[in-house]
Amino acid sequence: MTWIGLGALAVLLALPAVASPYLTTVCTLIFFYGYLGQAWNLVGGYAGQLSAGHAAFVGVGGYTATMLSLEAGLTPWIGMWVGGALAAALGGGIGYLGFRFGLRGFYFVLLTVAFAELLRVITSNVDAVGGALGLYITFTGDPWQFQFQDTRVYYYVALALMVGATLVAWLLERRRFGAYLAAVREDESAAEALGVNTFRVKLLAMVLSSFLTGIGGTFYAFYLFSLQPGTMFGIPLSVEIIIRPIVGGAGTVAGPILGSFILTPLAEVSRLYFGQGGWHGAHLIVYGLLLIGVVLFLPEGAYPRLARALRRRGR
Amino acid sequence: MDPVLVAQGVVSGILFGGVYSLMAVGLTLIFGVMRVINFAHGDLMVWGMYLSWLLATRLGVDPAVGFVACAACLYLLGAALQRGLVDRIVDAPHEMQILLMLGVALILENAALLAFGPEPTRVRSSLTAWTVWVGPLFVDMARLTAFAVALALAAGLGLFLYRTDLGRRMRAAADNVYGAQVIGTDVRRVYAVAFGVGAACVGAAGALTASFLPFSPALGLSASVASFNIVIIGGMGSLVGAFVGGLLVSLAESLGAVFFRPSLKEVVSFSLLILILLFRPTGLYGRRLP
Repeated sequence: MTWIGLGALAVLLALPAVASPYLTTVCTLIFFYGYLGQAWNLVGGYAGQLSAGHAAFVGVGGYTATMLSLEAGLTPWIGMWVGGALAAALGGGIGYLGFRFGLRGFYFVLLTVAFAELLRVITSNVDAVGGALGLYITFTGDPWQFQFQDTRVYYYVALALMVGATLVAWLLERRRFGAYLAAVREDESAAEALGVNTFRVKLLAMVLSSFLTGIGGTFYAFYLFSLQPGTMFGIPLSVEIIIRPIVGGAGTVAGPILGSFILTPLAEVSRLYFGQGGWHGAHLIVYGLLLIGVVLFLPEGAYPRLARALRRRGR
Repeated sequence: MDPVLVAQGVVSGILFGGVYSLMAVGLTLIFGVMRVINFAHGDLMVWGMYLSWLLATRLGVDPAVGFVACAACLYLLGAALQRGLVDRIVDAPHEMQILLMLGVALILENAALLAFGPEPTRVRSSLTAWTVWVGPLFVDMARLTAFAVALALAAGLGLFLYRTDLGRRMRAAADNVYGAQVIGTDVRRVYAVAFGVGAACVGAAGALTASFLPFSPALGLSASVASFNIVIIGGMGSLVGAFVGGLLVSLAESLGAVFFRPSLKEVVSFSLLILILLFRPTGLYGRRLP
């Protein structure tokens, strides 16, 4: 499996040299959503704590780096870490509130949704951060300001993000902490009985996941050149974040990436196709059908199924 | 602060609270009976609104009457959703349930977008232009009707649950599925009825508000989130909690709009939610954590 991964990485590194600009753009999105999915996977997949408000961390990270750049002239290359740290603090706060009483499942889902919505409403009302109109970043093409003339740079940055987050997940899986996460996901009471501090494990997973997601926010903001409360904090973005790892296989290293390779091109093509026909929203119906299909027929995700099929053929 | 303005805020808060209560009662009924969170709750409400719009524009039925037909349609839609989809995942892990309901929500919202477009609209009702002055305060008849009907429907639901055989079976199934089966309850039927009634509640809430609340397909999401808020504040699975929570949240939002500004009213209800989760995570009327 590792060899397949390394081979694929080599192909992806060489791809922009031959690919069309459109393909490069789609790949950039694949990597970026793969990155966000991998970050979500740490808490939503490995620890099994379904956060449905991860857009909150994208928003906090993106707004922080952008405000620091616009108001203080601080380069987003540093600002992204500040944004990540603030997102991690928020994730820690939400995790503390949610996990303190052992709130599971439903409560945690609703709590995360509520926080993302709260932040969306607050940002729309604070004029210092652009209010409902949002913030706009003027294009200067200055790499120091995270702006690039050549779109292939975004491609490589997004690829680096995805590979980095995947390495984090891969390393975690092999450590004691990864075993704790799996124990919490599979049977929390049993894990607790064996002496695992489940509160700490879940909190750490949440902090790490929100930190990575916050860093992604900087990329998102400077890739789009604009930030609106609805796009940065809204539930649609949260759905985009969780749907890929779940379709690909939550709690597996390759799941979020596979999910992004399946869904992102599908989303782009159907958005383009239905958008031209004036059928706005039709691609989200496709998403909805896909979600239902995965839940009913492929509840563990595509990657575990694929891995089993490959193993059977290898034998 | 002008006391008349505050009093007006209290009146409109309580009047809209009836609708919030009805939405939350529907959600908490579905959750209480089958432990499934209906993420499509707000989208069902939006469909109730568009049905009432269709009735008003195509057939000339006033929403104050048409809500009955809307509730009946939503009952069928809810029961069909339960039979076709939710029934298969009642025992599945909760993340799978949530994802399935998210899928349903996406489909319902965007089907409404395809059918009716993104522009906000509202339904004309003979009641909207009719206001009554009580001293310095005015009461809008459309809102008063919505409040009264919502109250009556919630009371009717209470009677149904506590006074009829099917209602008792529903409460039995909510309490202990196995026990309910032992005494000969057709749990699948009970589930379908519960989902249908929950959807009918929120559909009626939508139809009743369609004359004074401008709506678009995108409203579904915020309506869902508002219902979740109320249900957690009231205590998940508690009908009384959902009812009281609806009035409380609406009152808090209305006063928030008076004291701060209207666009910040949601901040007030989310703050209320966070306070509840900090100090009383079971909610006002909840007995234990699920």
